[in-house]
Formats: sequence, C-alpha cells, structure tokens
Amino acid sequence: MDDEIAHKSDRMSVSRRNFLRTIGWGSIVAFLSGSLLAVVRYLFPKVSYEPSPSFKVQTPEDYEIGTVVVDKPHKVFIVREENIIYALIAVCTHLGCTPRWFPDEGIFKCPCHGSRFYKNGINFYGPAPRPLDRAFITLAPDGRILIDTSKKFSSDGRSYGEGYLGDWKDPRSYLEV
Amino acid sequence: MGWIKKIKESRVWKSYFREEYDDTSRGRTRRILSNVWFHIHPAKISKKAINPSYTLCLGGISFLLFIILTVSGILLMFYYVPDVNRAYDDMLDLETVVPFGIPLRNIHRWAAHGMIIAVVGHMCRVFFTGAYKPPREFNWVVGVSLLLLTLLLSFTGYLLPWDQLAYWAITVGTNIASYAPVVGPKIRFLLLGGNTVGQNALIRFYVLHVILLPTLMMLLMILHFWRVRKDGFSRGL
Ligand code: HEM
Ligand code: FES
Repeated sequence: MDDEIAHKSDRMSVSRRNFLRTIGWGSIVAFLSGSLLAVVRYLFPKVSYEPSPSFKVQTPEDYEIGTVVVDKPHKVFIVREENIIYALIAVCTHLGCTPRWFPDEGIFKCPCHGSRFYKNGINFYGPAPRPLDRAFITLAPDGRILIDTSKKFSSDGRSYGEGYLGDWKDPRSYLEV
Repeated sequence: MGWIKKIKESRVWKSYFREEYDDTSRGRTRRILSNVWFHIHPAKISKKAINPSYTLCLGGISFLLFIILTVSGILLMFYYVPDVNRAYDDMLDLETVVPFGIPLRNIHRWAAHGMIIAVVGHMCRVFFTGAYKPPREFNWVVGVSLLLLTLLLSFTGYLLPWDQLAYWAITVGTNIASYAPVVGPKIRFLLLGGNTVGQNALIRFYVLHVILLPTLMMLLMILHFWRVRKDGFSRGL
C-alpha cells in the first residue's frame, strides 16, 4: 500500500520528496559555495600597511646636475639631468629585484641575473627586456618634488601591468627645471 | 538525481571506484575489507611486482623523505617564528645555540632536495615502464598533483629563512607567477597578501608550508596508494 503511494507520487512532475530533496541539497550547495566565495574574498586584503607609493622628496635645487640620488626607503632613483629631473622606479624590468647604482661606472646593475642599465634607465646588458620605468613626478605647492610610484611611464608608452599612464615624453614623467 | 548518475558513470569516477557496492550483507563486508583506512597493505602481492629493479623503489623513497620532512619540519617549528623581525635570528639561533640545530636544518633541506629528485625519478620510471596506461591513467593525474605539491612545498619553504636568498627568490618567483595570462597579477597579490614581500607574505607562506600543503599532500598520497593497491603494480600481481 505504502509502496503504491510512493510509486504514484514518483510519477508526478515534482513530488514532495523531490521538492524537499532539492531544497535540502540546494541549501547545502548554496551554503558551501557562499562560504567558498567568502574565503576567497577574505584572502584578498583590503588595507595595506605598505609605505604609500606617493611621497615628497626635496626641492629641485637640492639635486646637483648630473647626479643620481638613491632613495632606498621609497625604492626610486632620482636622476638630475641638465634640464630635467625624473624618478626611475628601482624595480628591475626582468623579474623585480632592486638594481644597484654604481656611481664610479655610472650604471645600474641588478644583482639577481646581471641586467645593466645606463644612468637614464635604458637597459644594455642581461635579461631585462626594457628600460626601467619612470614614476609620476610633479612639483608640490610647497616647492618640494612629489613622486608617485603607482603611476608609471614606460619608455615606449606601452602598459606592462597596472598603473601605466604613458611614455617618457609625457610631461608627467619628468620635471623641467 | 541525474547528475549524480552522470558523475558515477564518468571515466574519472570509474577509474577510482570500479564497482557498485550493493547494500547486502556481502557488499557491506566487502566495503570494510577493501577499506584503505583498515587495510593499507594488499592481501597478496607477487614477488615479481615488488622487485626493486622494476620500481627502483622511487615512490617509496619519496614517501620516506616526506615522513623525514614532516618529522624534522615539526621539530623546526618549535624554534622558528614566522615574524619578519625574528625569523632570520631564529634561523641563526638554530645554527649556533640550539643543540643539534644544524643537523636538523640540514636534514630538512637535503631531504627537500632529495624528495624533488625522487618524485621526478619516480615519474620517469612510471613513464618509461608505461605504467601510466589505463586502468592507471588517473593515478598518473594524482601523481602530477603530488609533484606540483612537492614543488610548492619547496617554494614556500624557501622563503622561511628570511635571508637575502629567500627574499629575492620569492620576489623573482612571484613575479614569474604574475606573468600568467589574465589572473597572473591577482595570483601574485594573493600569494603575497600585498604588492611586496613582507610580513603578510611570510605568514602566508608559513601557513601553506606547514599546514595546508602537507595536509593536501597526505590526502592525495592516501588516494594514490589506495589506487596502487587496488590496481596492483603494472608488472602484474
Ligand atoms: C609537514 C611537513 C613539513 C613541515 C612541518 C615543514 C616545516 C618547515 C619549517 C618550520 C621550516 C623553516 C626552518 C628552516 O628554514 O630551516 C621549513 C623550511 C623548509 N622546508 Fe619544510 N616542512 C615540511 C615539509 C617540507 C617538504 C615536503 C619540502 C620539500 C619537498 C620542504 C622544503 C623546505 C625548504 C626548501 C625549506 C628551507 C630550508 C632552509 O633554508 O634551510 N618542507 N620547513
Ligand atoms: S631581476 Fe634583475 S636581472 Fe633578473
């Protein structure tokens, strides 16, 4: 008798048993996939305690013509040419190590795989595929130089990731003095 | 539940679970008798199949090295604290003031190198003897996952000493990861918990190294051994 009833309801399009089963499994699947999404989101931090990419250095007059100033904490090289100042981001364009400035030779060398760059950031040796990037640079109202390494300028103007704004001809990539 | 049926009829499922278990007395008994938790060792095995000149015992060596790494790794955890201000000093302490600290670190390091060699060697052996062919094809897939986990364990362990080599190796390694199409930069951000190698990266690599990856590794090893036991060695039981 019981069997017969079950049999009949099986043939209906949605039996009570099927309905409850779908709701049951459906809520379990919804709960688990919701939790998974929450865990993935949890692993992407919202707040960073890394130093700010935007910072002020000294006034243009403080940099002597022809010098390269190494700003270690902010990881930039401030290059003063005759008419312009620009900031090279001290991140090797090969795989991200920090190149080192050799004042005697007037070049940058990367310790990781030996890439070398001229004073103007152009690569001439080793695996680095392109010149160092320049950072956004401007004069702050207080007369000091403001640099933002989250805004980048590649020599050819192409984008190599987040935050690329243009090439080295872009007036935001150098400061006229 | 049509999709459950579909999964059960798929090639992947069938390569793991060959027979339906019927809900009879006999079926229930069989389930206990063939349960990997109770009977890791096969009921019988032929002399020929375990001939070391065939397997070169490379899988067994990999497993032995994993056990050595687990034991030495747990011992290292008693002194090592994954804090950017401490990690390097803890490492120096292990080398200078902790009794038997140097051999312990060396055991962990050499066993790590050895495990990579053994796992790759094991894979070559399986390939050259054709042991990856059906019905063992999906155990090859599990084996590839085990190799990837071994490499990831080495990669995550590499950051922990927090010296120059560790720092720049992970800088370079995560930059390589960021070259993956589309998701690359996100993967790098996720691995490091930020944009540069710092405290977030150290604790992430530590948790992966001592908890997550070893646990995954053990689960996959169980699956791997169970399947080896069920299928027998390719040389024939
Ligand atoms: C459950 C297993 C494991 C635990 C609990 C563990 C734990 C640890 C700890 C605490 C360290 C830091 C101490 C040190 O650097 O000497 C470490 C380092 C390391 N681990 Fe592991 N580990 C495990 C398995 C593995 C495996 C399977 C591999 C690779 C196949 C591996 C490779 C490494 C490497 C390459 C280092 C750096 C060693 C050094 O620089 O001296 N570990 N591990
Ligand atoms: S990271 Fe600079 S040469 Fe490879």
